[in-house]
Amino acid sequence: MTASETALILLALGLPFLGAVLSPIFYRLFGSVAPWLLALLPLFSLLQFLRLVPRVAAGETLTGGYDWIPSLGIRFSFLLDGLSLTFAILVTGIGTMIVLYAGGYMKGHALQARFLSFMFMFMGSMLGVVISDGLLMLFVFWELTSITSFLLIGFDNEREASRRAALQALVVTGGGGLILLAGVLLIQNITGANSLSELFATGNVLRDSPLYLAAFILVLGGAFTKSAQFPFHFWLPNAMEAPTPVSAYLHSATMVKAGVYLLMRLNPVMGDTALWTTVLPLFGGVTLMVGSLLAIRQTDLKQMLAYTTVASLGLMVMMTGMGLPHAIEGAVLYLIAHALFKGGLFMVAGLIDHETGTRDLTRLGGLAKAMPITFAAGLAGAISMGGLPPFVGFLAKEGIYEALATGSVFALIFLVVAIIGNALMFAVGFGVGLKPFVGPKVETPKHAHEGPALMWIGPVALGVTALLAALFSHYFNGHFSGPMASAVAGETVEIHLSLIPHIGIPLALSVLTVIIAIVVYMRLTAARAAADTLFTRLGPGPDTWFDGFVRGLVALSFRVSQRVQPGRLEFYITATFISVAAVLLISLVSFGEMPDLPSIPRNFELGHWVIFALAIIGLLAVINAHNRLTAIVTLGIQGFAVAVLFLLLGAPDLSFTQFMVETLSVVILTLVMTRLNLVPSDHRSMIQKVFDGTIAVACGLGFSLLLMRATEVPFNDALTQFFNSYSKVIAHGHNVVNVIIVDFRGTDTLGEIAVVMITGLAILALIRIRAGRSAEGRQGTDNPVDEETVR
Amino acid sequence: MNTLIFRTAAPFLSALMMLFSIFVLLRGHNAPGGGFIGGLIAASALAIFGIAMGVSAVRRALYFHPMTIAGSGLLLSALSGFISIFAHVPFMTAHWIYPVIFGVEVPISTVTTFDIGVYLVVVGSISSIFLALEEKDHC
Repeated sequence: MTASETALILLALGLPFLGAVLSPIFYRLFGSVAPWLLALLPLFSLLQFLRLVPRVAAGETLTGGYDWIPSLGIRFSFLLDGLSLTFAILVTGIGTMIVLYAGGYMKGHALQARFLSFMFMFMGSMLGVVISDGLLMLFVFWELTSITSFLLIGFDNEREASRRAALQALVVTGGGGLILLAGVLLIQNITGANSLSELFATGNVLRDSPLYLAAFILVLGGAFTKSAQFPFHFWLPNAMEAPTPVSAYLHSATMVKAGVYLLMRLNPVMGDTALWTTVLPLFGGVTLMVGSLLAIRQTDLKQMLAYTTVASLGLMVMMTGMGLPHAIEGAVLYLIAHALFKGGLFMVAGLIDHETGTRDLTRLGGLAKAMPITFAAGLAGAISMGGLPPFVGFLAKEGIYEALATGSVFALIFLVVAIIGNALMFAVGFGVGLKPFVGPKVETPKHAHEGPALMWIGPVALGVTALLAALFSHYFNGHFSGPMASAVAGETVEIHLSLIPHIGIPLALSVLTVIIAIVVYMRLTAARAAADTLFTRLGPGPDTWFDGFVRGLVALSFRVSQRVQPGRLEFYITATFISVAAVLLISLVSFGEMPDLPSIPRNFELGHWVIFALAIIGLLAVINAHNRLTAIVTLGIQGFAVAVLFLLLGAPDLSFTQFMVETLSVVILTLVMTRLNLVPSDHRSMIQKVFDGTIAVACGLGFSLLLMRATEVPFNDALTQFFNSYSKVIAHGHNVVNVIIVDFRGTDTLGEIAVVMITGLAILALIRIRAGRSAEGRQGTDNPVDEETVR
Repeated sequence: MNTLIFRTAAPFLSALMMLFSIFVLLRGHNAPGGGFIGGLIAASALAIFGIAMGVSAVRRALYFHPMTIAGSGLLLSALSGFISIFAHVPFMTAHWIYPVIFGVEVPISTVTTFDIGVYLVVVGSISSIFLALEEKDHC
C-alpha cells in the first residue's frame, strides 16, 4: 500500500480516540447537537473501510504500518483482508449508530460527555484488535478493550452491582488477556513470526510443533474468556449492568466478538487439527445450550438478550471449530447476522426501557401503537434472529444447517444442539422484539410514546441493513461474507446462499426449528418455569464460584501477608539479613568460589594504616556503646574512615558522596531514633545479642569474601578504555564518573532520581500517617491529616 | 544544640555550604562533583540550619515545599532529555551551545540542566524527609 493509504487507515483507527478527546469539548461547545457531530468521526472511518471493500473482495490483502519498537521487531501495522475488513466495518458502522443512540439515551445525564469518551475509546480499542497485524499490537488493543469495558460496565459506579460486574469482567477478560499474551509469545517463539501476515506464511509450522498443545490452550484461554464461553460465560450477562448503549455495542460488534475473531483469525494456522475440531465444537455446543436455556429463564429484556449472546457466541465457536466443508460459511454469516440483529434488539430493549420505565417482560404489552418505529425495528431484529426470510439471519441459519446436515454422527449431535439452541433463541428473540408490542395494553411506569430520532435511527438502520444484505445476497456474499469466509478458511470460498431456499434437508430443518420455536414462544411462561426449575436443581453456577474464588483469594492473601508481615521490624530485619548472609555464603561455598587469602597491598602506607585503625576503633566503640545515640554517631566514624580511604586511593567522587551520605544518615537516623521513642539503652538479653552479632558477622564475612573474590577475577578494562577515550570527545567532560551518570547512562539516572523522589514521597506519607494518628489520639479531631498539610 | 556559638555560626556555615554545593554541582562535569554530591551537600547545609534554627526557619528559607523542589527537578531532568526530539536523535542525547557572555565562552548543555535536575531532586527529597522527621519533635 502507498504511504498515504497507510496513513488514511491509521487515521481511521485514530479517529475514535480523537472522538474520546473531543466529546467533552463538543458537549460544552455544541450541547445537544454534539452526538450528531461526534458520530461523523466513526462514520468517516466506516467510509474509509467501505472504500476498500472492492479491493479486498478481489482477493487483495492490504497491509502497512510504521515501526513501533524497531529494536524488538514490533511494528504498528494493520492487516486488512476479508475478515478484518468486515469486522472493521461492523465496529465502525454499528459504532456510528451507537454514538447517536448513546446521545439520545444518556441525554440529560450529568456525565454523558465522559460516557461518550469511554465509548469512543472502547470503539478504538476494538477496531485496533481487528485490524492489527502485529501480534503484540493485537494483544495491547485486546487488553485495552478489557480496560475500557471495565470503565463502561462500571460507569454507574455508585451502584454496587455495577462495580462488581465491572470488576468481574476485568478479572475474567483481563486475566484471559494475560493468558493470551503468554500464547502470543509462545507462538512468536515457535514460528519466529512477529505479525499475523508473517504467521500465515509459516504454514504448518505451528500445527507440527510439539508445543502446539500449549499454544492452543493459551489461545483458547484468551478467546474463551473474552467471548464468554462456558465456563467463563457468567461475566457477560452481568456486564449488562452497563448503560444500554454499552450492552448494545458490547454484545453486537465488539469485545465479546473479539474471542471469536481471534479463533477465526488463527484458524488458517491453528485450525483443522483433531484438537481444534473437538474442543471448539464441544465448548461451543455446551455454551450454546447453557446460554439459550438461561435466556429462556429471564424476564428482563436485557437479561434475555444477554444470555442469547452467550448462546450465539457458543454457536459461532462451535461452527468455527467444526472442520466441515461449509461450516466456516455458516459461522461467518451468523456472525454478521448476529451483530446486526443483536445490536438492533438491544437498542430496542433500551428504547422500551427508556420510554416506558421498565424492562420487565411481564409488565409490558401492547406498545405497537405507541411506538411503531421501535416495533418495526424490534420485529426486524426478531425475524433475523429467528432465522426467517427475508433477513440475513435466514442465510446464516441455512448455512449452519447445510454444513451440519452433511456430516458424520459427530456433526449430527451438534445439528441437534444447533436446532434446539436456534429454536430457543428464536423464542427469546420474539419475546423481546414482538411480545412487548402486541397483546392487551399494559400500564407502564412511564406513559409510553415513541423515542427520539437519535435513538431509533440505529435499530432501524441495522434492520434495514440486515434486510438489504439478504435481498442482495449475491452482492453481499461476494463483497462481505465471501471474502471473510475465505480469510477464515485460508483458501478462497464462495458462498451461494440466497433467499431462494433449495428444497432439501436444511429447509426441512428450518421448518422444524420454527415449529419448536413457536411452541416455546406460545408457552414462554411454562418454558421459563421449567428452565428455572432446572437451574435451581443444578445449584449455584460459575457466577457464584467467581465470588467464592475472589473471597478465597482475599482470605488466602490475608493469611499469607499476616504470616510474612507480622508487623514487627525486628523480624523483617532479621529475615532480610539472614537471607543475605545465606545467599552470599552458600553460593560462595557451594560453587567453590572462595577467594584466596589476600596479601597486604604493596602501596599501603602508614597513613592508610592509621585510618584503618580509626575504622576499627569506631567499630569497637559501636559495640561498646551503651545508648543508641552513641552507637549511631560512632557508626559514623567508620563511614568517614572508609571515605578517607576512598579519597587517598583515588576515588574522590566516591569519597565525597560517602562523606555526605554518612553525615546525612547520622542526622536522619538520630531523628528517627528520637521519634521512635525507644528505650535509650540496649535492653537485649545476652543470647539475643550473640544471635544478632552472629548474623552481623555472617553478613560482613559474606560481603568481604564476595568482594575479595570479585577483585581476584582478571580485570576487564574494555569499559574503562571506552569511557576514557570517549568521554571528552562525545560528552565534552573530563570527569568520567559524572559523564557516565549524566550523559552515557542519563536515562538510568533519570529513573534513579525518580526513585529517590518517590521514596521521599513514600517516607513523607508514612510520617504523616503516624503523625496523623497520634494527633487524633491526642485531640480527637475528625480529620487530623488536614492539619498536617504543609503549604 | 542550643549553644550560642552554633546558633551564630550555623547560618554562615549553611550559606557557605550552599554556595559550595552549587560550585560542586557546576564543576562536576570535569572535576569531582556533580548533581548528586552537590545535592547531598546542600541537604546537609539545610540540616545544619534546621538543627540550629528550627524547622520553620528552614521552611521559610526554602519558600517552596521541598517536594515541589524535588518534583520540579525531576521535571527539569526529564525535559532535558526531551530536547533531543527536536534534533531527531534518540532520547537523552546531549546538546551543547556555546554562548559568549561578557567575553567569556560559557558552554551550556542539556547535560548541565539534567544535572541541575538531579541536584534539585536530591535536595528536595532528602530535606523533606528530615524536615518532616524533625518537625515532630517540636510539636
